[in-house]
Amino acid sequence: MTTAQHTTRTTTVDGRLRTVLSAGERPPRVTAVSATLTHLWRAMMAFKHFPVQLIDIVLMPLIFLLMFTYLFGGAFADSTEEYLQFYLPGVMVQAVVMMTVYTGTSLNTDIHKGVFDRFRTLPFWQPATLAGSLLGDVLRYVVALTTTVLLGLLLGFRPDGGALGVVLAMLVLIVFGFSVSWIFAALGVVASEPERVSGTSMIVLYPLLFMSNIFVMPETMPGWMQGVVDANPMSHAATASRALMHGSADFWDVGLVLCVCVGLVAVFGPLTMRLYRTKNAR
Amino acid sequence: MSAPRDHWGRSVSTQPTWAIETSGLVKVYGRTRAVDGLDLKVPAGLVYGILGPNGAGKSTTIRMLATLLRPDGGTARIFGHDVLGEPDSVRRRISVTGQYASVDEGLTGLENLVLMGRLQGYSWARARARATELIDGFGLGDARDRLLRTYSGGMRRRLDIAASIVVTPDLLFLDEPTTGLDPRSRTQVWDIVRALVEAGTTVLLTTQYLDEADQLADRIAVIDQGRVIAEGTTGELKSSLGSDVLRLRLQDARWRPEAERFLSAELGVTVHPGSDPTTLTARVTDTQAVMRALAGLSRTAVEVRDFSLGQSSLDEVFLALTGHKADDQHTGKTSEEEAA
Ligand SMILES: Nc1ncnc2c1ncn2[C@@H]1O[C@H](COP(=O)(O)OP(=O)(O)OP(=O)(O)O)[C@@H](O)[C@H]1O
Ligand SMILES: [Mg+2]
Repeated sequence: MTTAQHTTRTTTVDGRLRTVLSAGERPPRVTAVSATLTHLWRAMMAFKHFPVQLIDIVLMPLIFLLMFTYLFGGAFADSTEEYLQFYLPGVMVQAVVMMTVYTGTSLNTDIHKGVFDRFRTLPFWQPATLAGSLLGDVLRYVVALTTTVLLGLLLGFRPDGGALGVVLAMLVLIVFGFSVSWIFAALGVVASEPERVSGTSMIVLYPLLFMSNIFVMPETMPGWMQGVVDANPMSHAATASRALMHGSADFWDVGLVLCVCVGLVAVFGPLTMRLYRTKNAR
Repeated sequence: MSAPRDHWGRSVSTQPTWAIETSGLVKVYGRTRAVDGLDLKVPAGLVYGILGPNGAGKSTTIRMLATLLRPDGGTARIFGHDVLGEPDSVRRRISVTGQYASVDEGLTGLENLVLMGRLQGYSWARARARATELIDGFGLGDARDRLLRTYSGGMRRRLDIAASIVVTPDLLFLDEPTTGLDPRSRTQVWDIVRALVEAGTTVLLTTQYLDEADQLADRIAVIDQGRVIAEGTTGELKSSLGSDVLRLRLQDARWRPEAERFLSAELGVTVHPGSDPTTLTARVTDTQAVMRALAGLSRTAVEVRDFSLGQSSLDEVFLALTGHKADDQHTGKTSEEEAA
């Protein structure tokens, strides 16, 4: 074509542009694992550039911890110190679970951004987008759990299970949070706007959190309520967290939670990915 | 027009390959037929422009061709691959720059490009090298470590295009790449498009501006209400649209009748008085004749303040092609609905 004409016209652009463009190489298709790790990296970079979101993450469990311990602690248990020993492992469950809602809302916000359109036109394993985001949220769980434990220690929390118990409990809760977050990821994919996700989620979550053994043991409750509390996965998570931190965990304390986790991921993982794929083709 | 590019060599089929081939493509949103039986054939290796007013169905078309939206009817093939049947084969050959920035606001410019490189199979090191190369090539080197949300519209647009060509695609969709850009940024984007085509990429771009289509596109489809209403090379279209417009402004309104008489006699066309009492317009085809007529006019008593000879505006093109103004599609729609 009229190459001469083009050459003169292109002078406004840096001369390097041309060589950059004609690089016609085609790398091999990215693997599912690499794609997921890349999305995890994306989440971590976004977190790095916007650390202010830490405040929300950290504040919520701290407020609950202070409020419940010093407001109700004395009434629920013999003393506030004693209640703290009981409640701290529980508030950590609460912190993680509430944050999984955040995962759903932020996923929903994300999905409606233009960059997701671009992701959809790239030939990689599409669920990596979701898996990467959810893995990235694990970072938030770590931050929230760590600050809660630190404040607890400051206030007089003394775990019999020692540092190892605390770390194990945190690991179990992180796995639990990751698993629960798939439920809200599903909601995040189908919801039309983020407010819907948080609205719907809170209606489900608050009863679930309160009808558990996070705040009080079920002994004083009527029989049917004890049944509900015992069946509630939040109770299993709180029991595991408590048992690990206080060094009294047996196999089933932890095994039960992990079974719940496997179940959640097995059901909601594929479901969410399916929803995401079909949403693309709308 | 041009010799076969390496591009042709790359394609498997020996038959002439259309980069894009659609037939009867339809997308319906409720009662709106956003795309309504669209037929397109885009040859590989050139810039193809889709020209149309707001709501014509440009973005909807691009989204269907780019496997982002499921068509409600008809077929679309990209280099012979069906968008519904073989979306992955399509995705391996295309890249899209959407109408609204399709980059990650929460990352820096460089990180955005690294992300794209990684997701297309580059190693970390190669992705980083490629990202640096591109960001410098696009003149964004100084802003490489700034978050996208601090970029200006023009910078964002360039980064958006850079993100589309981390791996050079065979076909690039650009949805209104220059809307909202200042003339300098616009020229930069045009240059990028030209350089891309030289490197063998087919570019499908949408625009609302006739002059942009004219500057960039080898062929143009004019669409309105989801249908192609005219198609051809820029030359063909312009001659079918006929004419340029001569606009003339006089020093004083009292000279208008005389100027009108003089010009219609010289040019042999109807000269219309404008809404301003000092202005005149005429549709003309022969630039030489216009220059002679204006020279003649300058020797009369008539004093001309200024004049311009320009291409028909999109409005005028639409008026000529569809018989209705670009922005009153509603009347068109009502009659359509009544007919249905
Ligand atoms: N998601 C949607 N839901 C409902 N209607 C839609 C949707 N997307 C597009 N439309 C309608 O389809 C028609 C075509 O829209 P489209 O975005 O393709 O136009 P366009 O040519 O890109 O316009 P513009 O120049 O304003 O970008 C419009 O009437 C629009 O209102
Ligand atoms: Mg559009």
